[in-house]
Amino acid sequence: MDKILVGLKRVVDYNVRVRVKSDGTGVETDGVKMSINPFDENALEEALRIKENGGASEVIVVSIGPSEAQQQLRTGLAMGADRAIMITAEEAPDSLTCARALLSIVEREQPGLVILGKQAIDDDNSQTGQMLAALWGRPQATFASELAIDGDTATVTREVDIGMETIEIDLPAVVTVDLRINEPRYVKLPDIMKAKKKPLDELALADLGVEQAPAFAHTNFAPPAERERGIMVDDVAGLVAALKDKGLV
Amino acid sequence: MSRILIIAEHDGAALSPSVAKTVACAAQIDAAQIDVLVLAASAADVAAEAASLDGVNRVLTIENAANEKPLAAVLAPQIVAATEGYSHVFGPSTTFGRDLMPRVAALLGVNQVSDIMSVEGSHTFKRPIYAGNAVVTLDAPAEHVVVATVRTASYKAVAGGSSAPVESLAIEAELPSHTRYVSTQAGASDRPDLQTAAAVVSAGRAIGSEENFDLIFALADKMGAAVGASRAAVDAGYCPNEMQVGQTGKIIAPDLYIAIGISGAIQHLTGIKDAGTIVAINKDEEAPIFEVADIGLAGDLFQIVPELTNAL
Ligand SMILES: Cc1cc2nc3c(=O)[nH]c(=O)nc-3n(C[C@H](O)[C@H](O)[C@H](O)COP(=O)(O)OP(=O)(O)OC[C@H]3O[C@@H](n4cnc5c(N)ncnc54)[C@H](O)[C@@H]3O)c2cc1C
Ligand SMILES: Nc1ncnc2c1ncn2[C@@H]1O[C@H](COP(=O)(O)O)[C@@H](O)[C@H]1O
Repeated sequence: MDKILVGLKRVVDYNVRVRVKSDGTGVETDGVKMSINPFDENALEEALRIKENGGASEVIVVSIGPSEAQQQLRTGLAMGADRAIMITAEEAPDSLTCARALLSIVEREQPGLVILGKQAIDDDNSQTGQMLAALWGRPQATFASELAIDGDTATVTREVDIGMETIEIDLPAVVTVDLRINEPRYVKLPDIMKAKKKPLDELALADLGVEQAPAFAHTNFAPPAERERGIMVDDVAGLVAALKDKGLV
Repeated sequence: MSRILIIAEHDGAALSPSVAKTVACAAQIDAAQIDVLVLAASAADVAAEAASLDGVNRVLTIENAANEKPLAAVLAPQIVAATEGYSHVFGPSTTFGRDLMPRVAALLGVNQVSDIMSVEGSHTFKRPIYAGNAVVTLDAPAEHVVVATVRTASYKAVAGGSSAPVESLAIEAELPSHTRYVSTQAGASDRPDLQTAAAVVSAGRAIGSEENFDLIFALADKMGAAVGASRAAVDAGYCPNEMQVGQTGKIIAPDLYIAIGISGAIQHLTGIKDAGTIVAINKDEEAPIFEVADIGLAGDLFQIVPELTNAL
């Protein structure tokens, strides 16, 4: 295939302990470390491996949101992507609007495969890939832990509640990946320098002609109900006694 | 008045327990009607089970050989054709629902409300974000259909014993052939199901090997418990992926959860927040798991677990 398109979302780094703002209007993001959504690194790694094995000629990374996400696209270029597209919007739009924006890029670039993460760790929505596949009228293979391309079809192993499911899909298609599909490579310093010279196009979401989806109003953000620290027991006898006390054994 | 359609998860023979929990969520909305839709190759047995759930007004079936396996691309257009007149379309937040419902939502031109944990009004819901570090309240626009998945760990299954009427639907929808089912590899499942078990015993990276997992199985069998794991244990190949508990695995709410050699990363904890009692066994007294555990025991699991199995 010619091109693979990969979505990279800029999110709060997974090591950050996210805190809700005291006025309930959102979560604290000032001065917080931002990174590529972890699953999207796996998506990019998978695309790069397909290209390196001769299965594709170009890997394009795309991000939708505030233009700061260019940092994450540059990291993607340093990992080995050939080209980046930044679709700027004031904040990362809702999933359906993102899927519509991705569709407009798909129509322009005509990729043979789109690889996304199985979920973004900020909104935990897990829906953008499925939505893009629906709008595009193409197959989806979600929660993938193995992907094998063979000409115009792909065989995908999916992590489902009862175990592993294998499906076969015709290309082009959308695949969303789990962390277990691969181990993303580390970026090396010379690659960061090289990445500065790679093309990064910037487009405004408003200029894509994408219709804004009906959005939700987020009226309040609250911390979750906390669990309290309980008791420590000294030994197995103490544990069994405590469990019996609660009627659990 | 709200009219709610629930998409039934099943394996062709039996209804998934996730459906009775999804009905429980729908029942919190003041709805005129709650219907369950069964798409299957032959739907009779599954439909009869769905018809017995309290609160269900009607069971609708769409039978088609193409519905033998739940492929989202095949099911979605049929569901869309059946949604006429409904204000809400709900599915469980299992891998079945998470795969399928966004495809339905996109075809209907709406965003999906993922993982409803509480109903505040017909169009107002709470859901977890940032691995459960925050809970957001959202209003879905009232002029559009609400497509949502239900966080099953937040709901108790409705009881059975009712008998709603079952009607078959004739749907005209063009079904794609671009997606084909090949096979499923399911783990041996003579143990209780992780998502519905009253007790769960889980091990983390500290278990060290696939063989050592037998220690955990022995304890679980003694207790009649299901077995889970941290992502680190799955990633290391000590156990299969379907055992993973957490943000990106299974979200569970057993009465008793025993975490063995698990540090308590936020991504793991989000999967067990609703457990009744959390027990932690860890050799590091400072491990974050002890901050949320109701009962903690510091020590070496290789000593404690066999001793506990014997003591029960
Ligand atoms: C995007 C993303 C999603 C994730 N999703 C999940 C998820 O869904 N579920 C999940 O679990 N993780 C998830 N993780 C991983 C998570 O961040 C942690 O890395 C993981 O939970 C750690 O697993 P663990 O506790 O088994 O291992 P470790 O953190 O290595 O902890 C091992 C523990 O065992 C203890 N120990 C060692 N030896 C012994 C002994 N002999 N006896 C007793 N105790 C001992 C240690 O003190 C330590 O506390 C995710 C990570 C990312 C980035
Ligand atoms: N704003 C965005 N920019 C780029 N990719 C995105 C964006 N939002 C979602 N995605 C992709 O869609 C996947 C699933 O996101 P979500 O549906 O939000 O959980 C992510 O892992 C990304 O690959």
